[in-house]
Amino acid sequence: MNEAQCARTMQIIDAHGRDPAALIAILQDVQAENSYLSQENLELIAKELNVAISKVYGVATFFENFSLEAKGKHLVKVCNGTACHVRKSQPIYDAVHAYLGLSGKRKTSDDGLFTLETVACLGACGLAPVMTIDGEVHAKMDPDRAVALLEEIRAKEGSAQ
Amino acid sequence: MRIGTREVLKAHREQAKTWLAAESRVILVCAGTGCIAGGAMKVYDKLQELCQQRNLKTRVALREEGGKDTLHFKRSGCQGFCEMGPLIEIQPEGIFYTHVHPEDCEEILDKTILHGEVIERLLYKLEDTTYVKHDDIPFYKKQKRVVLETSGNTDAEDLDEYLAHDGYAALEKALFDMTPAEICSEVVDSGLRGRGGAGFPTGKKWESVRRMPEGKKYVVCNGDEGDPGAFMDQSIMEGNPHAILEGMMIAGRAAGSDEGYIYVRAEYPLAVKRLRTAIAKAEEAGLLGENILGSGFNFRININRGAGAFVCGEGSALTAAIEGRRGMPRVKPPRTVEQGLWAKPTILNNVETFACVPVVVRRGSEWFRTIGTEKSPGTKAFALTGCVVNTGLIEVPMGTTLREIIFDIGGGIKNGKKFKAVQTGGPAGGCLTEDQLDLPVDFDSLKKAGAIMGSGGLVVMDEDTCMVETARFFMNFTQSESCGKCVPCREGTKRMLEILNRIVENKGSLEDLDMLESLSQTIRETALCGLGQAACNPVSSTLKAFRNEYLAHVVDHHCPICNGPKAHLAIDPEKCKGCGKCKKNCPMDAIEGEKKKPHTIDPSKCIKCGACQKNCPFDAIELVKEEG
Repeated sequence: MNEAQCARTMQIIDAHGRDPAALIAILQDVQAENSYLSQENLELIAKELNVAISKVYGVATFFENFSLEAKGKHLVKVCNGTACHVRKSQPIYDAVHAYLGLSGKRKTSDDGLFTLETVACLGACGLAPVMTIDGEVHAKMDPDRAVALLEEIRAKEGSAQ
Repeated sequence: MRIGTREVLKAHREQAKTWLAAESRVILVCAGTGCIAGGAMKVYDKLQELCQQRNLKTRVALREEGGKDTLHFKRSGCQGFCEMGPLIEIQPEGIFYTHVHPEDCEEILDKTILHGEVIERLLYKLEDTTYVKHDDIPFYKKQKRVVLETSGNTDAEDLDEYLAHDGYAALEKALFDMTPAEICSEVVDSGLRGRGGAGFPTGKKWESVRRMPEGKKYVVCNGDEGDPGAFMDQSIMEGNPHAILEGMMIAGRAAGSDEGYIYVRAEYPLAVKRLRTAIAKAEEAGLLGENILGSGFNFRININRGAGAFVCGEGSALTAAIEGRRGMPRVKPPRTVEQGLWAKPTILNNVETFACVPVVVRRGSEWFRTIGTEKSPGTKAFALTGCVVNTGLIEVPMGTTLREIIFDIGGGIKNGKKFKAVQTGGPAGGCLTEDQLDLPVDFDSLKKAGAIMGSGGLVVMDEDTCMVETARFFMNFTQSESCGKCVPCREGTKRMLEILNRIVENKGSLEDLDMLESLSQTIRETALCGLGQAACNPVSSTLKAFRNEYLAHVVDHHCPICNGPKAHLAIDPEKCKGCGKCKKNCPMDAIEGEKKKPHTIDPSKCIKCGACQKNCPFDAIELVKEEG
């Protein structure tokens, strides 16, 4: 972790009044900066809040939104809430999974462009099945349209390089 | 502007009412999560841009200057009809447009906004009828909006508008005209019960906290709406945030608490934003903070964002998360009213419950009791989703039947399919079937039927839904969300999921069904928290109502829904030359026949792997569908 990143984490801790009760909020803000929680960051937070690293690790691994691994450049989430599930969201996930060439526990594509996750309801059930890319909701998806969206992004990324 | 006294608040409310009454042209764009996802903000921006190009006078807040020709643009909370979004309504005529896109904006401005002319193609149509106003649409007609009343027709971020609709009048009454004991008894008399699902009497809870010795007490609002397929609380937080704040303050006044927390689910960023705006505006106006309206009552509200854990919807897990710990439930007693947040007496209610409070206090318990049923007064908001024509957010009086909700409001089943079941209460709930459709929806009757009302998610399933697969889906959810603290839930749900996976793959046996029943019972009796205890409800309710579907999977090893109609592989004796390639490739030794004579497949051995078909040089092997 470089000095600037370290300083930024310190800023976040200070902004929350160095309060151990704000641990979750601090982790959220730090993750928002770096897309994941690095070991250095977890250690720094534990030290500054004066709580055991095991406690910080416990919280960071308990909640689903925290990630201890770096994520791809674009975060794709397929909703698998009940409403999306009964409107056939699983084939969408499978199609994206296959398109990105993922297998086993691997969630990030080899080129580092995409990370695929599921989410258990975004509250946009009227538009089911839905998928989000970097937080933007795409409504009434089907496997072909989902893959086409990713292809579009991949093409843009390719031409940008 | 700071509102320092009751008199100033009254004067300000009158002022806001005059502003509201003087409005001549309002464009309400639905800015709920659903419509925004559909592109509502693009419509909102486009309309504003067009107005600017033409130098038309516009405003976006009630207190901004405006005369008769000023166009007031409002971003409302969820208007409910999510299926038809993005939605816009043009007042005073109340012209209601569905599926509006930026391309339509110019026409809407020219015809409707400026000249009150209706654009036929944007109206809602059902069968042969076209509806101009939203109140006439069957989806809205049977609803009764109490909690969501202002959510769909006001700007969620405009405090003046909330005031103009009698906002903070209940707080005023609670601060100056009622004692804490009177507030509690008013809420007791109203019969208001917790909208989070358990249906515990709200007033009783408040009274217990009020009676605790003086000292620090907390008011906590549970906005961790985790049931997949439920978004009522999200819509209330987005569309009517001040009602929640007002409800919490009244609770604080009743119990002697000066601090509240709202815990909002991680996936609801817009709800967090709207709540933060509402808190900032209420603080600025002096309606939240120190010495509110000069009454000496202090109250402040904090917001905590969840980080993704279903179990945090459970009270003690939620307070643990607010304290910065892992969200795990603890053994009760002591109950939350005795030792809740930071081990202090705590009122913990759900979003919708708090949002009901202002109207209960303002209009009185007697009025509230005129709605709904005797044991479950008031209304209930539901998220109607799944295989139903009109997906959306609805609010109906308690006691409305499921049939009215699904068929009259929901418009029946999508694509002309047949109704099969409706899942109430999310992963902790159960499935109700056709013959239970006339049940009145309230806390007690659904419980009797083996389901629960839950927080208000209604997921409708059609004939193409396999109920075994559905049960597996819910078990998969609960299993992955199990916090791991107690063995029955941690290990039991895992074993149940394994069995269900096996059954869905047609590899299960009859004994598996007995094992599911016995595990369900054990978990129900021994899990630590309510979520664990209820984890097997989807399994036990489908086992009871749809046993034949389980049997199809475990006895026939073939589910007509999951696997399609029954079929077997057969060799056409006309085409078969008896080359023997199929026989050689069959992994099950299911093919017999002499060389150069037509071969046959033994269906009892065949697993339909298709190896024979792939290897036949004469295309003699076909999958034959069976009748029935």
